[in-house]
Amino acid sequence: MAAINRDDVAHLARLAHIEMSDQELDRMAGELAVIVDSVKSVSQAAGDDVPATSHPIPLSNVFREDVVGHTFTAEQALSGAPDSDDNRFKVPAILDEA
Amino acid sequence: MTDTKTLIRLSAARLAEKLAAGEVTSVEVTQAYLDRIAEVDGGERGVHAFLHVNAEEALAVAAEVDAIRAAGGAEAEALHVLAGVPIAVKDLIVTIGQPTTAGSKILEGWHSPYDATVVERLRAAKMPILGKTNLDEFAMGSSTEHSAFGPTRNPWDLDRIPGGSGGGSAAAVAAFEAPLALGTDTGGSIRQPGAVTGTVGVKPTYGSVSRYGAIAMASSLDQIGPVSRTVLDSALLHHVIGGHDSRDSTSLPDPLADLVAAAKTGNVEGMRIGIIKELHGEGYQAGVENRFNDSLEILKEAGAEIVEVSCPNFQYALGAYYLIMPSEASSNLAKFDGVRYGLRVLPEDGPMTIERVMGATRAAGFGDEVKRRIILGTYALSAGYYDAYYGSAQKVRTLVQRDFDAAFTVADVLISPTAPTTAFRLGEKLDDPLAMYLNDVATIPANLAGVPGLSLPGGLADEDGLPVGIQLLAPAREDARLYRVGAVLESLLEAKWGGPLLAQAPELAAAAGPVETLVGSQEAK
Repeated sequence: MAAINRDDVAHLARLAHIEMSDQELDRMAGELAVIVDSVKSVSQAAGDDVPATSHPIPLSNVFREDVVGHTFTAEQALSGAPDSDDNRFKVPAILDEA
Repeated sequence: MTDTKTLIRLSAARLAEKLAAGEVTSVEVTQAYLDRIAEVDGGERGVHAFLHVNAEEALAVAAEVDAIRAAGGAEAEALHVLAGVPIAVKDLIVTIGQPTTAGSKILEGWHSPYDATVVERLRAAKMPILGKTNLDEFAMGSSTEHSAFGPTRNPWDLDRIPGGSGGGSAAAVAAFEAPLALGTDTGGSIRQPGAVTGTVGVKPTYGSVSRYGAIAMASSLDQIGPVSRTVLDSALLHHVIGGHDSRDSTSLPDPLADLVAAAKTGNVEGMRIGIIKELHGEGYQAGVENRFNDSLEILKEAGAEIVEVSCPNFQYALGAYYLIMPSEASSNLAKFDGVRYGLRVLPEDGPMTIERVMGATRAAGFGDEVKRRIILGTYALSAGYYDAYYGSAQKVRTLVQRDFDAAFTVADVLISPTAPTTAFRLGEKLDDPLAMYLNDVATIPANLAGVPGLSLPGGLADEDGLPVGIQLLAPAREDARLYRVGAVLESLLEAKWGGPLLAQAPELAAAAGPVETLVGSQEAK
């Protein structure tokens, strides 16, 4: 597996929507390289015949009765929003119009 | 009349008896704890276990319980055994009427419009909630130093860490600021703080306590559980919070076993207790190893059969955990986007698009450890790496489960030290993430496999006089075995010490400053 470098971290930070300064990118790249190196043995641990476990105690087809349960009022749902208007979340511009 | 100094040191079970007998009121008990918080939690050298103190509501609930008891009759009869016994709640668990921060600036000042299921159950049992306890931001850490609101100090030595992520809950209980607390455990966040503070902490079987209302870090690993000073107290609290919840789709439909009865069984004769070869010895502090051997000796004398088991795939558990946990966390934390709740930060210049607002908000709102894990998780899940990282880690999970299955064919309960070291110094591992991660090496396998684990005090390490934790592990759905063995081991150890381990903790001086919980003071500005 390839080592993680500064450009990778910059790309990942964009994907994760976290702005990072040059200094932060340098530091993070160094730290992550050490961590990634320490976990690489994991890829050699199991053979192809070992199934993956996504959940420790799997439950399937978890249904409930199709009845209306508790719902929040618009006021409750918006109570923690940084901005709202007319019972809706107010979002900054979706498209770059600059 | 019991003086308050004695009152706050009683176990929850003992407090419950005194409340039921009318020897003390819940208002007296609750006020005694609030006074203790005021005395030792604030200021420069305070324990700083609490982010928010909920005095008014706690006293109102206490007064309600007292009134019901005083009136007598059917309503008094129907009171829960822990009614009127106060509790602290980790600030990762949402509560109506108090802020929930998850230890993060991104949620500073946020109030949940709903209660977590476990909080609803505390309210139904009429347990006064003393406040919200400190934690590593979004429960990411092993020292509580990653809290955006400053670290919690270990009551045994104020210059040392209380463990993490639930250092606030463990320290509150260890410093007699609360008799009980709730924690969450994704890789050891209940058990490791228990170990380093000389308290008891339990990670129940995955799915046996509802996660509804616990802010998710890694959904396939997270579990809410009890924090206390005695094994019986954890069983009592586990009984309050456990059982099926239709609002958590991973909640097990099984009925809850009688954990309190298990804690009162009183013998371990004929039980097979397995030492995990890979979870002691090399890499474990000598004093930790010595206390671990003491516990084995005591269990043997009590009639248990000690066997050795090998779990060879545990060597990959830490690596697998540090791929699975960040992967799930990177996905779970995507919801903090500066739109629906919490912080919104506008970029200093340029176009105000949602992408840029999100980038600025998450840059300002998340701390370093959270950013590290989000980036690591994004990496492990990205195209080209998914199979090698996340896919392989999930296979290791299967191997770890198989190791547990094999071990439980020859042992009823497994035993190990909870953490490889005693509490390290504040700041000691802050700049070395990998060294910090290694502290969870003994607790992580249980989360990967979903099996329950309990940590209880095993004594003090010879070299530093700090608490050592002993971890017990049982098969999934067999939490009762932990309480049975844990309670016996605890009573035999306490007989040897001449009392609870916490009786040996140094007296805390009254804190040098006013109690100013950080969240409260921020709001006041």
